[in-house]
Amino acid sequence: MTKKVLVLGEVREGALRNVSFEVIAAAKKISGGGEVVAVLLGESVQSFTEEMIHYGADRVVTIEHANLKQYTSDGFSQGFMAVYEQESPEAIVFGHTALGKDLSPKIASKLASGLISDVTSIEGEGDEAVFIRPIYSGKAFEKVRNKNGLLFVTIRPNNIAPLEHDSSRSGEVSSIDVDVTNLRTIIADVVRKTTEGVDLSEAKVVVAGGRGVKSAEGFNPLKELADLLGGAVGASRGACDADYCDYSLQIGQTGKVITPDLYIGVGISGAIQHMAGMSNSKIIVAINKDPEAEIFKVADYGIVGDLFEVVPMMIEEFQKAKVGV
Amino acid sequence: MNIYVLVKRTFDTEERIAIKGGKIAEDGAEFIINPYDEYAIEEAIAMRDVHGGEVTVVTIGGEDSEKQLRTALAMGADKAVLINTEDDLDESDEFTAAKIIAEYLKDKDADLILAGNVAIDGGSGQVGPRVAELLNINYVTTITKLEIEGTAVKIVRDVEGDSEMIETTLPLLVTAQQGLNEPRYPSLPGIMKAKKKPLEELELDDLDLEEDDVEAKTETIEIFLPAAKAAGRVLEGEIADQVSELASLLRNEAKVI
Repeated sequence: MTKKVLVLGEVREGALRNVSFEVIAAAKKISGGGEVVAVLLGESVQSFTEEMIHYGADRVVTIEHANLKQYTSDGFSQGFMAVYEQESPEAIVFGHTALGKDLSPKIASKLASGLISDVTSIEGEGDEAVFIRPIYSGKAFEKVRNKNGLLFVTIRPNNIAPLEHDSSRSGEVSSIDVDVTNLRTIIADVVRKTTEGVDLSEAKVVVAGGRGVKSAEGFNPLKELADLLGGAVGASRGACDADYCDYSLQIGQTGKVITPDLYIGVGISGAIQHMAGMSNSKIIVAINKDPEAEIFKVADYGIVGDLFEVVPMMIEEFQKAKVGV
Repeated sequence: MNIYVLVKRTFDTEERIAIKGGKIAEDGAEFIINPYDEYAIEEAIAMRDVHGGEVTVVTIGGEDSEKQLRTALAMGADKAVLINTEDDLDESDEFTAAKIIAEYLKDKDADLILAGNVAIDGGSGQVGPRVAELLNINYVTTITKLEIEGTAVKIVRDVEGDSEMIETTLPLLVTAQQGLNEPRYPSLPGIMKAKKKPLEELELDDLDLEEDDVEAKTETIEIFLPAAKAAGRVLEGEIADQVSELASLLRNEAKVI
């Protein structure tokens, strides 16, 4: 049986997040040749509808309302439920982002459905689809299937490849008028810590520092290296506990679990709680002065040396490449 | 203030994971209170100390979970409830857990419910918001600061590194993010006192729930370990040469930059 699948696109700082295209690709697989309908909620989202179609959505449904300017679980659940009721889909896919994590359990609870969270890959198609998700922060994986009723999954950013962008794709765009009211949460202000740079959980390259970095200032060269590679900075629990950086940068079993294309661990010994958060990165580079450090056991490439010597050299090396010398 | 904390017994973060008979092997493993739930317990105790009232910790599990409940009582919680599903349920998922907890809480008039934002084993982070929805109360996830005055609540919420300043009201469910507080260690007198604090044990029957009411919507069909990663290459030679070699490997062999 083919399925109609609803996916939720996410707009942040005036652009669609990549995960918006990844949910379309996931939905295509789940639909087994059925229809993929993208949902966009916000104050003004019309300008993003075309891109969702170019990335493979068959149709787009938008709801625009002043009370959807910022995400709140009350506002977005009212909006999403209005689309759900109009479309009666057999499946739903969200990104496993801050928004998706906050909203999906509420919707699943309203619909008395299951919810398979944080999926990193999908095997099979249509009714046969089963979902692989990490447990114990990636120390193990489980394969899960939906027993009955609505299928609802959230997918981890950066794991399921989007379809090719194709500007010849076309599809219908419609909107629903909904009065979004009675928000129980007021967002008085947002303080952006990540004003510049790439979000850690979505970054293709992560440069992570540990206790070996020795100070908050010691993270500056790591930041410089990350910027050069278009990546983000992360940290071990040790570095966060020592106040070298904010807890929001912590990678590990308590903290973020990341799967970038390239992880560079600098002055990180490789405690099991940290490794749970990064060992599924595609390529792991370790820089540590202790040749016995655990992290070398999972590293694809290792440099045994003083990070204060190695990191500046790496910056120089990649700068050279950038200007094409 | 009538405060409830949802807690879960989990594997210690230092444990390695092994699989036996298609399940995660538990023999000999150390168990702890889920670290994010510890922040929730600490915050609950701090709120009670300021606003008065009572802190009740609630868990779903088997007899083994008593140990974690006693630890929460030793930290300073007043009462504990174990909803023992060992005999009734073979399979459960987040739908199951939320339904059971909400059924227990529905007539408790909770002002504030706290939970961890995610359990480090299953890692789905669903149960807190699901419970709030079933109780028809508001919720805020991944909080790093909580201030309550009367029924007015001010919260700082972590959103992928950004901080949202949130205003809302009680009754409310919140889930704790790292950075909310420093959980205390149980003191010796605390541990002694905890032995005498009430620990109630309930079964599905006591909540007027049938097995069918809480039947899981999803099922795990296989558990497996990640493919072991072969140790890679430690480069050799002068540091400067190693760095150039690394850059070329990343470009040409790994093709990640």
